[in-house]
Amino acid sequence: MIVYTMAEMAAQGKNPEILFWVGCAGSFDARAQKVTRALCEVLNHAKVEFAILGSEERCSGDPARRAGNEFLFQMTAAMNIETLNMYGVKKIVTTCPHCFNTLKNEYPDLGGHYEVVHHTQLINEMISNGKLKLKEGGDFKGQRITYHDSCYLGRANDVYEAPRALLESLDVDLVEMKRSRKNGLCCGAGGAQMWKEDEPGNKRISLERIEEALETNPTAVVANCPFCITMLQDGLKAKEKNEQIPVYDLSEMILSRLL
Amino acid sequence: MIQSLLFILVAGAASWFTWKGFSRVLQNINLGKPETIRDHKALRWRNVVLIALGQQKMFKNLLPAVLHLALYIAFVVTQVELIEIFVDGILGTHRFFAPQFGGFYTFVISSIEVLSVLAFVATIIFLARRNVLRVARFQKPELKGFPSRDANLILLGEIILITGIFCMNGGDKVLQARGVEHYQLTGNFAVSTWLGPALFGGLSNATVGTIERFGWWLHLSTVLGFLCYLPYSKHLHIILAFPNTWYARLTTNGHMQNMPEIQKEVRSMMGLPEISTDSNSGADSPLNGGDGGGLEFGANDVFSLSWQNILQAYSCTECGRCTAACPANITGKKLSPRKVMMDVRDRAEEVGAAISKGQGAKGNYDDGKSLFDRITPEEIHACTTCNACVEACPVMINPLDIILQMRRHEILTQSAGPAEWLPMFNAIENAGAAWSMSEPREAWREA
Repeated sequence: MIVYTMAEMAAQGKNPEILFWVGCAGSFDARAQKVTRALCEVLNHAKVEFAILGSEERCSGDPARRAGNEFLFQMTAAMNIETLNMYGVKKIVTTCPHCFNTLKNEYPDLGGHYEVVHHTQLINEMISNGKLKLKEGGDFKGQRITYHDSCYLGRANDVYEAPRALLESLDVDLVEMKRSRKNGLCCGAGGAQMWKEDEPGNKRISLERIEEALETNPTAVVANCPFCITMLQDGLKAKEKNEQIPVYDLSEMILSRLL
Repeated sequence: MIQSLLFILVAGAASWFTWKGFSRVLQNINLGKPETIRDHKALRWRNVVLIALGQQKMFKNLLPAVLHLALYIAFVVTQVELIEIFVDGILGTHRFFAPQFGGFYTFVISSIEVLSVLAFVATIIFLARRNVLRVARFQKPELKGFPSRDANLILLGEIILITGIFCMNGGDKVLQARGVEHYQLTGNFAVSTWLGPALFGGLSNATVGTIERFGWWLHLSTVLGFLCYLPYSKHLHIILAFPNTWYARLTTNGHMQNMPEIQKEVRSMMGLPEISTDSNSGADSPLNGGDGGGLEFGANDVFSLSWQNILQAYSCTECGRCTAACPANITGKKLSPRKVMMDVRDRAEEVGAAISKGQGAKGNYDDGKSLFDRITPEEIHACTTCNACVEACPVMINPLDIILQMRRHEILTQSAGPAEWLPMFNAIENAGAAWSMSEPREAWREA
């Protein structure tokens, strides 16, 4: 795996076509780090010239803004935009739908204008234009798999088809949950819930969601967001199904099928 | 002649009450902050046509959508008959349009009758869904008391209206068949031609005549009563759904309104140049002068919300699709997006009533209460910002926008909010990450 930072690239006099925005979860959460590495390997394989910001990247500000802390959001966002503009970044890929949404929809108000794509969109595009080729058959062919729409990729940004197109290219037997696409049910982590305990209630949202996923009797659950992955895994643990049923990010599935 | 005078008196009084009611609602909507919304007119008209007029978003749920459509079309088409009732009422004529339009008149009245039967069936099913089948979204705590009675009253009114139509037309058909003078022939109506004789066939001319007049007055007075009642009812959506879809926010669901004042402050603090905020088509200013002259951010009352938020609150018909889709509500949390909208409306009513009694004015109103007395922190903290409520609303109401403005008030103005968020805030501020971590951000490269 070869991953350079923008600073390292700049030192070599290079300006990569794509910036990979790793995000806090992708940088520090052990499970999400695997997704980060998977995407880097996919990009390496496709010979895409990309870089990360490394220590120059800061939280996009999504949890601060949704918690109501606009001062903090404006501060962290302004610093990020200064950095991104300094490197002349044009195109950004993220593995986190929250970073994706903030960079794509909210940074323009603050003077940050970039083409922002989610990694499922980028990988789908690379398969369509032949930059990536997948092996025939394999581990996932014909497997019953259910796909969880994250709120920030789905309802917030209307991206429903790119991830499903990837699942199709993997020949899986996609079984939709009752609530999917526009009607998809949240995993429970958004709106800065990830950083606090649930308010009093009778059930965790993650449990409600994983029960719905289990109704499809899947061999694996697929998600597109580091927070969804955490919540769905928590739900599976509560159901004592975490040994049998994995939760994958699409980049991991694609990586294992690269030709 | 007496009937004409009585008619003019009744209709005049009803118009006056209706006017008063709607003025009150308009005044209360304007308690909100001014915000200019006139961009993307074509797209806005498209939303009005597809979503309000065409009820596009209702069709996510087929059975209620079809029933609602039947009621809606019946309601709209029946207004044609109301025009005649007004003409007859003022001129003292009987079925003024019948001789002028002939067969077309028969067709229109027949259509109204068929639609009325459909509307009757729909109303019975709606009543059953609320009171017998007890569909979950109609059983939530926020509907206890007036909201439930309000819903049933409107449905009951619908039944009375339809009863009036069939008394009027049925009686008329019986008297026409008997060749009674004054009851000119109108051709066969789809329903009352057989329903009239079946119900009233054995009664004397005088009694049937009374039933016909009773039906006429019943129809008229129910419609007028309905108009007077509308500004006090959830049923106001039949009118406000149209402006509400026109004024609804057009940005992608994921976009949170920018706060240019804070942006300016932060940029000057960081020594960065100002940037133009032309893309911030949001409220004119997020600032309002608090009592001590201090700055207030976010919203804690109707004055700090946009007028558009209050319009949304008045447009809500309390159907509860938002609450039924809310992950927090589904899992037993106190948050209900419908309740948020109802609370904003009820607060606007409370403030509006006090101001009209001379207790303060917009700009210096203080009754020691705020939205937080109705919407508790526990409720707004339960939101996952998933946009399910926004997606679910058939008339483009956005409860999330209000929840987020209240969160902003809590954090920025009250310096309150969940204590568990503080480590996250600190980590972002000091370490640039949502968690405080000791290893470098790109350490994953080495693993």
